[in-house]
Amino acid sequence: MSRKGPEQGSTTVALALSLFLLIFTAITVYLFVAKTWWFPPAITVEGHQFDAQFSRTLWITGIVFVAAQLGLALAIFRFREQGKPVHYFEGHNGMEILWTLATFVLFVGLGLYAENAWASVHFIGAAPGALPIEVTAQQFAWNFRYAGPDGVFGRTKPELVSASTGNAVGIDPTDPFGKDDVVSPGEIAVPAGREVDLTLKSLDVTHSFYVRELRLKQDAVPGMQIHLHFTADVPGTYELACAELCGLGHYKMRATFLVLSEPDFEKWMQQQIAANQ
Amino acid sequence: MVTDAEGGGHVHSAPTGFIRKYIFSLDHKVIGIQYLLLALFSVFLGMALSLLMRIHLAWPTMKLPFMGGVMKPEDYLALVTMHGSIMVFMVLTTAPQSGFGNYFLPIQIGAEDMAFPVLNMLSFWTTFISLVVMASAFFVPEGAPISGWTAYVPLSAVGEQAGPGQGAGQTLWVIGVAIFCAASLMGALNFITTLVDLRAKGMSLMRLPLTCWAWFVTAILGLLAFGVLLAACALLLLDRTAGTSFFIPGGLVFTDQVLISHKGGSPLLWQHLFWFFGHPEVYIAILPGMGVASHLLSTFARKPVFGYKAMVGAICGIGFLGFCVWGHHMFVSGMSPYSAFAFSLLTMTIGVPSAIKTFNWLGTLWGGRIQFTASMMFALGFVSLFVTGGLSGLFLAQPTLDLYFHDTYFVVAHFHLIMGVAAIFGIFGAMYFWYPKMFGRMLNEGLGKIHFWLTFIGVYAIFMPMHYLGIAGHERRYADTTGVNYLKPLQPVHVFITYAAIITISAQLIFLFNFLYSLKWGKKAVDNPWNATTLEWSVPSPPPFDNFGGKHVQVYRGAYEFGIAGHSEDFIPQYADPEKVSEAH
Repeated sequence: MSRKGPEQGSTTVALALSLFLLIFTAITVYLFVAKTWWFPPAITVEGHQFDAQFSRTLWITGIVFVAAQLGLALAIFRFREQGKPVHYFEGHNGMEILWTLATFVLFVGLGLYAENAWASVHFIGAAPGALPIEVTAQQFAWNFRYAGPDGVFGRTKPELVSASTGNAVGIDPTDPFGKDDVVSPGEIAVPAGREVDLTLKSLDVTHSFYVRELRLKQDAVPGMQIHLHFTADVPGTYELACAELCGLGHYKMRATFLVLSEPDFEKWMQQQIAANQ
Repeated sequence: MVTDAEGGGHVHSAPTGFIRKYIFSLDHKVIGIQYLLLALFSVFLGMALSLLMRIHLAWPTMKLPFMGGVMKPEDYLALVTMHGSIMVFMVLTTAPQSGFGNYFLPIQIGAEDMAFPVLNMLSFWTTFISLVVMASAFFVPEGAPISGWTAYVPLSAVGEQAGPGQGAGQTLWVIGVAIFCAASLMGALNFITTLVDLRAKGMSLMRLPLTCWAWFVTAILGLLAFGVLLAACALLLLDRTAGTSFFIPGGLVFTDQVLISHKGGSPLLWQHLFWFFGHPEVYIAILPGMGVASHLLSTFARKPVFGYKAMVGAICGIGFLGFCVWGHHMFVSGMSPYSAFAFSLLTMTIGVPSAIKTFNWLGTLWGGRIQFTASMMFALGFVSLFVTGGLSGLFLAQPTLDLYFHDTYFVVAHFHLIMGVAAIFGIFGAMYFWYPKMFGRMLNEGLGKIHFWLTFIGVYAIFMPMHYLGIAGHERRYADTTGVNYLKPLQPVHVFITYAAIITISAQLIFLFNFLYSLKWGKKAVDNPWNATTLEWSVPSPPPFDNFGGKHVQVYRGAYEFGIAGHSEDFIPQYADPEKVSEAH
């Protein structure tokens, strides 16, 4: 029984497939180098750590990606059907051990390397003296509360929440600590160079606090109070967007994220206090 | 452990009536085809939903059919939810495992049927009911649910006040998924028992085709994972209908009204239960594809699988580690940052067996003589896609990097390439390979190759740009790019992706045509058209009712004896009697 057919035109197919893999790899690499669509600049120390770790991971995965795709392209072209007998072998234990160890060291090493940046954000809380800000998410809005001169947030109660009467987060009027609290709807400002300690809350479903320039994302989960701390260094106007599916208005659940110099921040705060009167 | 085929004696005889033969059939081959047809229907439905989403994303103000004009954001989210659910459950779980596995696992191990034929029939029809229940969510007044295939609570738990579709539609979804879990548990039990008990004489574990190893480990994953999802769905259903609070904390406020009927539940509990199923589910979708790819690469490179034992080890390793990494879906959820550390390292570790498989695939090709059948081209495409889709996982496995990429298009690109498209390439590879055995006729190779090229180029054109969208910070599950300012410059990328999607989805009609046309007019298939070695090629195409026509099946060697020097043929089937194989061996 002779095997006719598959070898017919196999050089053309092999060449086309290898070339496609080559071109595909080149375009992919080009777009990662050209950075046509890319991160906005980071505005925190941790953000720069993120960029460095991203870069390390990109190098390693990039080299593996190029080697694997081109290796596949090479194998496809070089070992296309040419009527020659195959080189029979069933494997090679030495090579199995080699690439198992190599990938283990590479992948787990990369993972271990990344843990420093994770620990610096999550294993420790904010330093004393950090500015506390409470972030309350709800379908489909963000409210930000500052503790005022007394530095203590007043009590809130769900049954007091009433967006229509201006008590969006449900501050209890009988609690003296709440009297000087300042609520800013849809806009959060943080002073440049000073650490802030966010407390994330949600009134209804799970939302997620996401600011690209901070390289941070944290879910706001109903029933939980989750802390997030950072120090933004670069004054500017940024955007905060919801990153966890929360309902039909998810795509437009945004807020303005301001990083202000200390005097500008004071000015902004005075405006908020005036607006809260 | 080698068992005799006697244990698998047929408990049922060949049926004669149409209904017992084709509808409520006990024959694993008919049931396998039923599963494949269910998946074929579902994949076109799922693609149609994604097409509507893509068109809306590219041209948000366009009036669309079935949408009553311009698509509303809640309708977009309903499409997101149903596309994901139908594709994950009804296609990626169903076609590679329940479809091809049902048909070919018994034949490849030399059994006459599955261990429990009645259970097999029940599991198919239960799956069918599950599809009907899930799809009926489209037809209730408020429409289909909008909480995504992950159905995060409380959005999915509190009912209509959380949004349109969250009433009856979401309830139908939960019931549909629960029924699917029950069906999958039945199927998993059957697969495991069949493989353990019904292997033919001589079919030791280390002689199993890698497809069988993959189906076996996938069944174990299914048995352990679907039970947990079933329990989670039961709890969610109770929260929705019986006033319990497993997942709903107290004091929730919707439009200034406090939800007083619930207190004390934990939203994170749902995420843990869901992902304890959800992560193994990724491997349930992809492991059979890995088995098929190994099988095809060896067959069409005319060489043994490189490192068979390492491949078996890698399948088992992926299966085990697959249960230890669910927390990597929850780095931003508010769970303990210390557990994130452990989940991260375990996830990086699962890259190791994945890499072993890739190296071994390249080793299998190396030194071979590759025959470019349509089936082989899909297997080669699988390897390329598996590498591309797998490597982006190394970013997402690191909690630091995930804090940026979580729930962006980077994740959409990652899981579509690895668990969606790579798995689909496994299915296509299997279909072009086994169609002649199943239907007695060959699929058209020329059309198959056109289908391959358009699909291969198309899926990369769709999903590669999504990485860049993710890097630019584009959140997933956004109905359009008008709500957040920094998304507006990304709109041209959406338009490009949509054009690629239209072409790629249209190309699937070539496959559909080929599939239907070849049933009647395809070239007649011989018993072993590919000169392959495993047991299904020892029987007629299509096989008789009891697979082997009452013959005594014996296996003499491993599954991948290709390219041995000194023979007139370049392959020795597992079933070839050593006395009849030439002396040179």
